Amino acid sequence: MTAMTLDLSGTEPTPFGRLLRVELRKSYDTRAGRWLLISIGLLVLAAETIALAVTTVQDEAMQFGDFVGTAAFLTSFLLPVLGIMVLTTEWTQRTAMVTFALEPRRPLVIAAKAMVGVVLTLATVVVSTVIGAVCNALYGAIEGHVDWTFGWSDFAAFTITQVLAMLGGFALAALLLNTPAAIVVFFVYKWVLPGLFEVGAQLIGWFGDLRPWIDFQMAQNAIWDWSHSAGDWGELVVSGFLWLGVPLVWGIWRVLRAEVK
Amino acid sequence: MITVEGLTRKYGSFTAVDNVSFVCQPGRVTGFLGPNGAGKTTTMRVMVGLTPPTAGRVTIGGHLYSDIPNPGRHVGVLLDASAQHAGRTGREILELGARTMGLPSSRVDEMLELVSLTPVEAKRRLRNYSLGMKQRLGIAHALLGDPSVLILDEPANGLDPAGIRWMRGLLKGYAERGGTVLLSSHLLHEVEQIADEMILIGNGRIVAQGDKKSLLANAGDSVAASFVTALDNERLAQALQAKGITVAKAGEGLRVEAETVEVGRTALESGAVLTDLRSAEGRLEDLFLELTAETQREAV
Ligand SMILES: Nc1ncnc2c1ncn2[C@@H]1O[C@H](COP(=O)(O)OP(=O)(O)OP(=O)(O)O)[C@@H](O)[C@H]1O
Ligand SMILES: [Mg+2]
Repeated sequence: MTAMTLDLSGTEPTPFGRLLRVELRKSYDTRAGRWLLISIGLLVLAAETIALAVTTVQDEAMQFGDFVGTAAFLTSFLLPVLGIMVLTTEWTQRTAMVTFALEPRRPLVIAAKAMVGVVLTLATVVVSTVIGAVCNALYGAIEGHVDWTFGWSDFAAFTITQVLAMLGGFALAALLLNTPAAIVVFFVYKWVLPGLFEVGAQLIGWFGDLRPWIDFQMAQNAIWDWSHSAGDWGELVVSGFLWLGVPLVWGIWRVLRAEVK
Repeated sequence: MITVEGLTRKYGSFTAVDNVSFVCQPGRVTGFLGPNGAGKTTTMRVMVGLTPPTAGRVTIGGHLYSDIPNPGRHVGVLLDASAQHAGRTGREILELGARTMGLPSSRVDEMLELVSLTPVEAKRRLRNYSLGMKQRLGIAHALLGDPSVLILDEPANGLDPAGIRWMRGLLKGYAERGGTVLLSSHLLHEVEQIADEMILIGNGRIVAQGDKKSLLANAGDSVAASFVTALDNERLAQALQAKGITVAKAGEGLRVEAETVEVGRTALESGAVLTDLRSAEGRLEDLFLELTAETQREAV
């Protein structure tokens, strides 16, 4: 062992799958992380149960897709927080020092974290769908009629928009590296900006033409509608580049060069 | 082996590390010594790729840290024992490290055992750890991958006396088996007892380096001194003074400005019975304070 050079021939680089498993474990091995995941699950359960209670009491028509849609609306608030926390915890708790010392290939660590966000989002989609199916079956038992309409296109659109919501949080987190700041900016971007865009479009003529290209929330309607217009998809790509691509690339560039303390 | 070549790190116009070069040999413990803010931590962070250097570079065993695959298996790092998630248990922190490196969970138990953290303590969350427990956990984390190079920033920080002695033995053993050990400290006596080689840094610059002997030799004409106690201090003092040696009362005995060998010889000649004779420690400390004088916060 008294060698002047390190013999690296026997050491494999850390495989990506292993990084992914470690990062996934980090997302639930603390109270904060575990409770965020449990809250998402409980929120889904509560939303769909309330929808079931209200609609059966008032004898409203409900479809399978409506139950899942209710949950989707609510999880689109919490999944971005998940995307944010997956990344910012490393900075607020200063664990990035250990993480990057054990894996200096920082882009791989960030990719693994983004994948964790995607995996957990897909898990949320599955949970929402399963609970939705149970609620719909109960609805059928109570009301005597049941409508299992929930097209694959809706399911796909639901999944994609949830992943985009999560990635939106993740991108801002990469840029800001601070949990509260990223959450605030995300909600401004998701809930305040579309309103401002609306007002702007009403007041300023040329802004109305520009808006579809910079309003990522509105552009996502193309996914729900499975739009046949190339223009709609073009708007989605351009606004997505603006709101996801730019912060993500800029943020990652910063993380790669950052001094980790 | 760690090789630091012409390393400089600037923060704006402030130079935290200024053209630093040194080598840590395998089989030796190298002590990295300097007052607060001297640039020790910054240098070590550059070593493991956490801080990009402004100029110069560091190689470990001939490689840049970022080029070492699964670096935890080769280089054990402890920079800041509290830089861990406060909400994770000690065991979970080691478990995450072991999994990243591809090691079995049994390795975690071995390390907990090695640093004397009990299974009950290992189940506590880090926020409830004492300073010394955090430090032990950090050392366990650094040793997880059985690395051949250790980079430890103030590893003795917060350890109790038994812990410090244990760590000294551990690091010495590591070096004896051919490992390269670099540890930093701002406490001279801590490093002096364990390091084979010392690097003294002040204001981002290396002010001296070498083993204890050569450091003292280079210190030039600073006079040697001894502490001596005899049954008859009076008689010994007279005999020493007769030789023109300066003697002063110090506690029970005398402080003599001469090597121990000279004091022993004089005692033999004068027939004084010695009960204690040792060389006055603190010369190295004087040297350290002198070398880093302009960089100290307090005037010395
Ligand atoms: N990001 C930074 N911006 C500005 N100055 C910095 C930055 N990081 C470190 N420094 C400065 O660099 C100098 C060296 O700091 P360093 O942490 O390396 O000291 P140290 O030798 O480890 O001291 P200590 O014994 O107190 O741990 C300090 O003056 C510190 O304030
Ligand atoms: Mg320091």
